[in-house]
Amino acid sequence: MRKVYNKILSISGNVITVKASNVGYEELAEITTQRGKSLAQVIKLDNDLVSLQVFAGSRGVSVSDEIQFLGHPMQVTFSDNMLGRIFDGAGNPRDKGPQLTDNMIEVAGPSVNPAKRIIPKRMIRTNIPMIDIFNSLVVSQKLPIFSVSGEPYNELLARIALQAEVDMIILGGIGLKYDEYMKFKNTLEEGGALSRSIFFMNTASDPIVESLMVPDLSLAVAEKFALKGKDVLVLLSDMTNFADAMKEIAITMEQVPSNRGYPGDLYSQLAARYEKAVDFEGAGSITVLAVTTMPGDDVTHPVPDNTGYITEGQFYLHHGSIDPFGSLSRLKQQVNDPKSSRKDHRAIMDGMIQLYAQFIETEEKRSMGFRMSNWDQKLLKYGEQFKAQMMNLTVNIPLEKALDRGWEILADCFTTDETRMRTELINEFWPKN
Amino acid sequence: MKPTTGKIIGVSGNMVTVSVDGNIMQNEVAYIIKGNERLKSEIVRIGDGVAFLQVFESTKGLTIGDDVEFSGQLLSVQLGPGLLKQIYDGLQNPLPELAEEFGFFLPRGVEFKPLDETKKWPFTPAAKVGDTVIAGQSLGSVPEGIFDHQIMVPFTMKGEFTVEEVAKAGDYSIVENIARIKDEKGKTHNITMSFRWPVKIAIEAYKEKIVPNDPLVTQARIIDTFFPVAKGGTFCIPGPFGAGKTVLQHVLSRYSQVDIVIVAACGERAGEVVELLREFPELEDPRTGKTLMDRTIIICNTSSMPVAAREASVYTAVTLGEYYRQMGLDVLLMADSTSRWAQAMRELSGRLEEIPGEEAFPAYLESRIAEFYERSGLVELSNGKVASLTIGGTVSPAGGNFEEPVTQATLKVVGAFLGLSRDRANARRFPSIHPLESWSKYKSFIDPEEIAASRVMLQRGNDVGQMMMVVGEEGTSNDDFQLYLKGEFLDNVYLQQNSFDNVDAGTSKERQQYVFNMVNRVLKTDFQLDDKEKARGFFNHLRQLFIDWNYIAMDSAEFKAQENAIDTLIKENSGNEKGL
Ligand SMILES: Nc1ncnc2c1ncn2[C@@H]1O[C@H](COP(=O)(O)OP(=O)(O)OP(=O)(O)O)[C@@H](O)[C@H]1O
Ligand SMILES: [Mg+2]
Repeated sequence: MRKVYNKILSISGNVITVKASNVGYEELAEITTQRGKSLAQVIKLDNDLVSLQVFAGSRGVSVSDEIQFLGHPMQVTFSDNMLGRIFDGAGNPRDKGPQLTDNMIEVAGPSVNPAKRIIPKRMIRTNIPMIDIFNSLVVSQKLPIFSVSGEPYNELLARIALQAEVDMIILGGIGLKYDEYMKFKNTLEEGGALSRSIFFMNTASDPIVESLMVPDLSLAVAEKFALKGKDVLVLLSDMTNFADAMKEIAITMEQVPSNRGYPGDLYSQLAARYEKAVDFEGAGSITVLAVTTMPGDDVTHPVPDNTGYITEGQFYLHHGSIDPFGSLSRLKQQVNDPKSSRKDHRAIMDGMIQLYAQFIETEEKRSMGFRMSNWDQKLLKYGEQFKAQMMNLTVNIPLEKALDRGWEILADCFTTDETRMRTELINEFWPKN
Repeated sequence: MKPTTGKIIGVSGNMVTVSVDGNIMQNEVAYIIKGNERLKSEIVRIGDGVAFLQVFESTKGLTIGDDVEFSGQLLSVQLGPGLLKQIYDGLQNPLPELAEEFGFFLPRGVEFKPLDETKKWPFTPAAKVGDTVIAGQSLGSVPEGIFDHQIMVPFTMKGEFTVEEVAKAGDYSIVENIARIKDEKGKTHNITMSFRWPVKIAIEAYKEKIVPNDPLVTQARIIDTFFPVAKGGTFCIPGPFGAGKTVLQHVLSRYSQVDIVIVAACGERAGEVVELLREFPELEDPRTGKTLMDRTIIICNTSSMPVAAREASVYTAVTLGEYYRQMGLDVLLMADSTSRWAQAMRELSGRLEEIPGEEAFPAYLESRIAEFYERSGLVELSNGKVASLTIGGTVSPAGGNFEEPVTQATLKVVGAFLGLSRDRANARRFPSIHPLESWSKYKSFIDPEEIAASRVMLQRGNDVGQMMMVVGEEGTSNDDFQLYLKGEFLDNVYLQQNSFDNVDAGTSKERQQYVFNMVNRVLKTDFQLDDKEKARGFFNHLRQLFIDWNYIAMDSAEFKAQENAIDTLIKENSGNEKGL
């Protein structure tokens, strides 16, 4: 039995300090307060002073509360019994099911050796043209949805999860509103996907420190399933809450903030999570789709900014559709080349976006009251068609149909020269009538 | 002498404080002993009986009282034949070998030998008994791929030496002696094919540094023609996320006409390195007929790998670059991203509780960046050969705003600024180097007057474009409109380049000169186009022909045919062809 300590020297924010010996860095302890038991994790060792962050928060912690160190860092259970289950940020069940304690695994384990990684090659079809044509999602990709509150980002996340052909879904909820959580649950239930899903759910009313564990728990379990051959889709919503929780701890620990109060290691911390996305050669994979809400709709805010530097692209969800500008899948070239996809895929992708950019310029000119030239008229027509038939999120068609539709829109609006398409493709794909 | 030891007295993140019982030195390597793991670390500050270590590995589970061993050595890398084609982490651990031994995940507390000590290399002696040699001079060589890897007097050896013995031609491993030399005091030293060098100290075993002047042909048109990089020079590629820094660096590492390429993937995505790892061994280097991997070294310390090792990785990379330059070769080092390196410094500085500067970066940020780029250069070696190390770094400014400490400090020291623009990337105008804001202090292989003239065209075309946003097309004269179309034309067919097309991705010097002439001819011609609709139609057509031309190999018959088609179109529509 490990020694019990019951003299807390200081409490500041959610961090408590005790005198103890033989404690490992990042080791877990269990603290018993009048509110019940909570886990706490060692975040600093200074001679015999040990600082811990208390998962349930420090509210109601008294200086004589009992602390027992557990002799190991954060762990989580791993088994097929987890499927269909819902856990909290400490890894305890939050549904009515039994506590699972078998086969405990380490969380936040080591990185994958880059030399063992393979080039991702498998496209995840979503039947959303803005994704499939313009920003293809690829197995093992890490990709956030950049959005602002009020936009249907969680709906989009759930829809992709349902439509993607993956073996299982792990949903990490970080400070999620309760009704969003229920919506997720209902959508997956209705889509018949709940039995292949696992939830780690920290809602807005749950302890904030626990929210910090959600990505690690989700990804640790995902990793084990992936090693067993499963293609796992991990959904994390909302990573901005995760970053804010980190900010809170950093400020408590009196770290020098680098940018708007966020700690200097924000990039490394986010990267440590997102880089868990992987395709294991000869086994399964982890694909990470996250939500990053942008405070003030500002993409230069430290959280979306650092995220953009880490992830393999991003989908901007604006006014209910995926914005063709700024949205980007960096892995798309792995799956949209003539060998892996239809040979007009890339040309349609580039050509339509370039024209759409010109449409936006023209629209600006129009809004300033300029006369519209012949060319402008064409662009306007094109832009409207593009919005209605490609960007609209209700459009639900397979990639090939969407490419055909692209050519139809082009032919309806332009002559062949005006599209900048290579002659060879025009000969083959330009609608003949 | 017994090595100094210590015991852990504090742990916070990757910073460990240790009470010490003996002599230690700043930047010395220390090992934390945890069971059979040996966690490598470096002394970054020394206090009264206390050493502050930045640990190159995860500190999970470390305990007060854990033992620490000091090595007496500065953080260093091993130099010798066999470095090419390697994939190392920031501390020169070979990643493929680690993978072979440990599988998918990177183990903690393990160090692997950077070079194979059993492999035999066919050595050819060059020095003779009685020769006088100094550090950096060659004693012989072994073939490493297409290069003669020079076996040099270790750079650590000071003064003049007399060669007493050189091994006969034959096969030797890097741990066998291949020479014995005597210093001025009469002491003899055995020389093997390999030695260590501390990474944070520049290798200066050359005669002198000279001013970089010759262009390094990157085969990227916008760079070579408009913002050239010199052999031995420096450049930076700042840009917001997703603007194309990494793709551009990969393209440069493929197409640049240099002997050796060193890619330092510093704190960025692991997936991006994998593309190099998997593709370079398959891609042929047209200059040599070998694969691209044969001339490449990859230093890979990606974002989820330990931060302290990330800090070390750029030094490891630049040291390997200096080493190959010392053999008379042209080396290109690219670091992606120097901002991650700067952030690693910031994290360390924060843990040391140093007084923070702007955006919490340490006060010495600028001098560290300057020191790093200073390690580039064109040098004359003691044998009279000229060799170069060119350094290019990407910068990832917070919020994409160039007014931030790392970009600003970098701009002060580099010779070329290839600024990537979010707008151009969004409009898929790649490479998204901003043609009006970027600059270079080096000279191009294209006539400077021609470049200046076309740049004016670009500027004026851009001005007209801006003006049109205000006054509309109808408020723009036909002449101005033509200017605008010409600017766009230059941008579309010359500045933009398709990195994913095998022909277009790399444009040789000869082809650039040839095509630029043709582009220039268009820019200088006064086309007879009476209305805007007609002008737009004409330029659309011309652009189409040019873009198709860009995709045709220069030595093919179609190339000439396409040129003729372009020529005809120009002639049909020109009133007076100025300058012809
Ligand atoms: N030359 C190019 N041609 C075509 N597409 C490109 C080119 N350069 C970049 N892109 C597109 O932009 C994406 C992002 O490019 P890249 O990864 O180089 O950005 P980055 O500036 O390195 O971003 P980060 O700072 O986040 O690493 C690529 O995945 C690709 O889709
Ligand atoms: Mg990059």
